[in-house]
Amino acid sequence: MSYSITEPGKGIKWVAGILVVCYALITIAPLLWIIATGFKSGPDSIAYPPKVVFEPTLEGYVNLFTDRTRATSDMLEAAGPPETWYEQIARDQGTVITGASRYGERFLNSIIIGFGSTALCMILGTAAAYAFSRFRVPLKDDLLFFILSTRMMPPIAVAIPIFLMFRNLGLNDTHLGMILLYTAVNLSLSVWLLKGFIDEIPVEYEEAALIDGYTRFQAFYKVVLPQAATGIASTAIFCLIFAWNEYAFAVLLTSGTAQTAPPFIPTIIGTSGKDWPAVAAGATIFLVPVMIFTILLRKHLLRGITFGAVRK
Amino acid sequence: MTDTSIDKLARATPKTVARRIKGLSDRGIAWLFVAPTIFLLLAVNIFPLIWTIRLSFTDFRVNRPNRDVEWVGLRNYERILTDPDIWATMQATAHFLFWTIVFQVLIGFFLAFLINKKFKGNDLWTTIIVFPMMLSPAVVGNFWTFLYQPQIGLFNYVVAFFTGVDPASFSMIGSVNLAPWAIVIADTWMWSPFVMLICLAGLRSIPDSIYEAAECDRASKWRQFWTITVPMVLPFLMLAVLFRGIENFKMFDLVVQLTGGGPGNTTTLTSIDLKREAFERWRTGYSSAYAVILFVTVFGLASIYVKALNKVKER
Repeated sequence: MSYSITEPGKGIKWVAGILVVCYALITIAPLLWIIATGFKSGPDSIAYPPKVVFEPTLEGYVNLFTDRTRATSDMLEAAGPPETWYEQIARDQGTVITGASRYGERFLNSIIIGFGSTALCMILGTAAAYAFSRFRVPLKDDLLFFILSTRMMPPIAVAIPIFLMFRNLGLNDTHLGMILLYTAVNLSLSVWLLKGFIDEIPVEYEEAALIDGYTRFQAFYKVVLPQAATGIASTAIFCLIFAWNEYAFAVLLTSGTAQTAPPFIPTIIGTSGKDWPAVAAGATIFLVPVMIFTILLRKHLLRGITFGAVRK
Repeated sequence: MTDTSIDKLARATPKTVARRIKGLSDRGIAWLFVAPTIFLLLAVNIFPLIWTIRLSFTDFRVNRPNRDVEWVGLRNYERILTDPDIWATMQATAHFLFWTIVFQVLIGFFLAFLINKKFKGNDLWTTIIVFPMMLSPAVVGNFWTFLYQPQIGLFNYVVAFFTGVDPASFSMIGSVNLAPWAIVIADTWMWSPFVMLICLAGLRSIPDSIYEAAECDRASKWRQFWTITVPMVLPFLMLAVLFRGIENFKMFDLVVQLTGGGPGNTTTLTSIDLKREAFERWRTGYSSAYAVILFVTVFGLASIYVKALNKVKER
């Protein structure tokens, strides 16, 4: 290795490394705590001092997916011996399962609305980004700025008229309404990011394709789309994460059929007070996919969070 | 040439339609591609905005649709701007904005500076540090209330461990003095990585040759830091502050789950206050005026800031 005067010394590297690792451990501690709490029993989760070593149990997960009621001796007799492992876990807590909880539905809603809005957003966003990147669109800069500025409004401020509008159109608390809304929210991100990605594809490829007799459309989907695949994929993951995490619109505009998981998780309660292991279990199932996506995205993270303003 | 499904789809297109598409000029295609996006944004953003502005001059209430709606002119605006409670929420928002930005800039820049020393495994640790900012603020905020529990909460336990204070003696979200800091801490935990990532890009954009030249001129490391590193990273840092400023001005989900605006009104940020007016007290006209004021504020501040940012960039 050649010597460079700008390369930091070994000692400095060690100190920097140790400090960063310390910060990383502190910052990830609350997340590990969520995951750990999901596997604790009720009493373990609120023990003092907080328990780092504990006997793992699936109580939290069983409580998350079921509705239960405190069991009286009559009920236990009527119900007979537990037939499944999860009934056993519920019995051990002195409760009987009365049915499935709504967490499954809420999670499914998150998936439907998240993927639906992402798909729509990518179709509209790719087309618009391509046009902005390749054609002379009148008022291009103004339109692009307008698209970005829609992101500046506080969601609550927009929610008032949207609430009225959706009510008139019968879109309140429907999947379609939420998909359209999240698509509109994410369009600014997808157009700006994708325009950056498409700008980077040399225009000569398309010109060559056009000379070979491709139409504009063929050039678009046979030359540009494959070239932009990575960019499109990472933009899609960003849109998915934003739709997945969104809370303000979800809590104001949905209550029953189309409610997503973020407004639901905080409302989880047990048969006696707040059931923290169940909340933690719900949060774990909800957050871990995003962490995995973050790892996949790590090369494009910076670009995504700054709407393409900063590129590495 | 491989036969893709898109080809099949193209062949399945009726001849007349295909001819019409083929015949489109570039200009036609540009409009065809841009129009749906613009239309959706007009419908979901601009139309509601105009509606909000219209409502802001009335005394309309959503929960009483049959009542006659009266035009009240600027009365809603007048009442909001002279309401001491709203100035209190503005102050709470300013406190939150100021301190989150200060802490996030300090921590974010310092972390980026350390990571830029390129120690082994810095990529892995960077990814781990970034996790919090990608997660759902509402779900995370809800869990932070658990960490902040007196006695049983992890946060209180750790503070007690290092300072010797009784962990049951203070409640981060129950105390008037501590709650504003509880939300600052949670937000800083969540968003410092954001500033870090942007600063890191700034640091990496500085060419080695500048440092080499400074080294030849015998400039001290300290001097290099202040005359090369800081000015070169400043535009990036200002961009990070812009993003955080806008986001935290809109802040709703994390704080509403963490403290719900309490105790009292100590952590009632403007978005939370607006939500109460609009969706709990159902004063639609009044809250529309409130929304317009917020939007004008954030837009105005952001425009001034962007001008300053461009000046720094030009230097």
